[in-house]
Amino acid sequence: MSVISITGLTHFYNKGTPFESVAIHDINLEIQKGELLAIIGHTGSGKSTLIQHFNGLLKPDKGVVKFNGSDIWENKKHIREVRFNVGLCFQYPEYQLFEETVYKDIAFGPQNMKLDESEIDRRVRKAAEFVGLKDELLEKSPFDLSGGEKRRAAIAGVLAMEPSVLIMDEPTAGLDPRGREKIIQLIKKYREETGSTVVLVSHSMEDVARLADRILVMENGSPVMLSSVKSVFSQRSRLVSMGLNVPQIAQVFSGLRSRGLPVSADIFTVEEGVKELLRVSQGRGIQ
Amino acid sequence: MNEHIINFENVNFTYDSQEDCNSPVLRNLSLSIDKGEFVAVLGHNGSGKSTLAKLTNAILIPSSGTVTVNGLDTKNDDNTNAIRQTVGMVFQNPDNQIVATIVEDDVAFGPENLGVPPAQIRQRVDEALAAVGMYEYRDREPHKLSGGQKQRVAIAGILAMQTDCMVLDEPTAMLDPRGRAEVLNTVLELNREKDITVIYITHFMDEAVEANRVLVMDNGEIVLDGTPKEVFSQVELLQSIGLDVPQASELCYLMKKEGLPLPNDVLNAQECIDALVAALEEYRCP
Repeated sequence: MSVISITGLTHFYNKGTPFESVAIHDINLEIQKGELLAIIGHTGSGKSTLIQHFNGLLKPDKGVVKFNGSDIWENKKHIREVRFNVGLCFQYPEYQLFEETVYKDIAFGPQNMKLDESEIDRRVRKAAEFVGLKDELLEKSPFDLSGGEKRRAAIAGVLAMEPSVLIMDEPTAGLDPRGREKIIQLIKKYREETGSTVVLVSHSMEDVARLADRILVMENGSPVMLSSVKSVFSQRSRLVSMGLNVPQIAQVFSGLRSRGLPVSADIFTVEEGVKELLRVSQGRGIQ
Repeated sequence: MNEHIINFENVNFTYDSQEDCNSPVLRNLSLSIDKGEFVAVLGHNGSGKSTLAKLTNAILIPSSGTVTVNGLDTKNDDNTNAIRQTVGMVFQNPDNQIVATIVEDDVAFGPENLGVPPAQIRQRVDEALAAVGMYEYRDREPHKLSGGQKQRVAIAGILAMQTDCMVLDEPTAMLDPRGRAEVLNTVLELNREKDITVIYITHFMDEAVEANRVLVMDNGEIVLDGTPKEVFSQVELLQSIGLDVPQASELCYLMKKEGLPLPNDVLNAQECIDALVAALEEYRCP
């Protein structure tokens, strides 16, 4: 069942001015309940414009966006509901921290939902705990946190709304390897525990390989591939021509295959790679 | 004159705002960088990388110890101008370092401040923009450029000051793969063709493998200093301080642990393929 369904979506920049240009063009997309859809594409390919339609931050110039089967623009009151249900975590969300304390910042979303105080408190603490922020940090100013903590505090602010769809625009960008790993584990855990739908925009093919069920590839405002991780990453030359790539490990395995080793070409993480090499050699020749 | 372009001698650094002044950001750090080197600096956040960068052109002054640039002590105010004309910095966020509304004005900002005559500024700006492949964008508005293009404009701004050394603090952290490649290739070319010394701070291991020399920082100290092959063969150490290694290196490391005869200095996909094919020769299909 699709949770977000998009038909014929087109959006123009600077509409009605001499600078009018097409940002995204005639997109059809069904996002299935519970899946993790990764969106890749180089800057300017329309990824961010697309995801801002998922929760009604942008209004389509043409086409329809449906959430759980109903057109989000049908009724103005509906759109507010959609924004609570489809949580959007922007790129560099830590730049949007603004409150005096981490607690208040995380509480901002739930407060807008007009929840009662005890429910807000429950959600703030749960979200903070989920992203690994200790209780004593909640009373600190968000500006006193480290970069990775700020990022996680900002994510907690979205999680506290308990959206049924979570959209994350480049959640690991600019973090060090340790910070990146924390966010990846967080997304994994979030899916396991809540079964929520997640849309992940990322430039890291390694992250995408580890997390995604399906990949949507955008180029020049249009979706050019929408398929399983396996089938998208098997088209390396096409991806490279679009300024993208496949994980290094996938390059290694396709190279091994073309050199005559009987390994699967569908290896996208180091972990899978080790298993596959052990399978091929079956321990023989290996002490 | 010193033969090293940059020299750190027993440098300690503590920020004034630090609560605990007993744990300096840099601890007794000594380091020499030769002219023409391309040095990648790795380390997790808080390891002291950016502090190291800022000490190289007198944005920060050591709490104790000495930093010299071409033999000039950064502690001496009289040297600051000369030092900043030798070492230029590029920061992470392209939007924070563009000052003008037209690309060529932005590139001219540095040389203007140095009091370079207008005719020469014109020439320097044109040359600098050509060197980073942004000449045809000279009359554009910077905010309409991509991240990679903005970073190249920032690099051109430094070239126009004719500095000998460029320090880039995570210049690609906010860019997409294409932008990252643009910036890295630009910097590599400037290093190889114009002999500009480069200190390149990054979290991307695939970028660090392109350097001649890799420094790994942890807790204010340099824990590894060597060629990319030397450094990335230390998989365990790197992982223990929260850093990645390239996937190719990690795969070889793990398979070696399983008993496959593999080298421990594999850096990229091609080397990894060659090594694995050699080690698994007997399983190849005819």
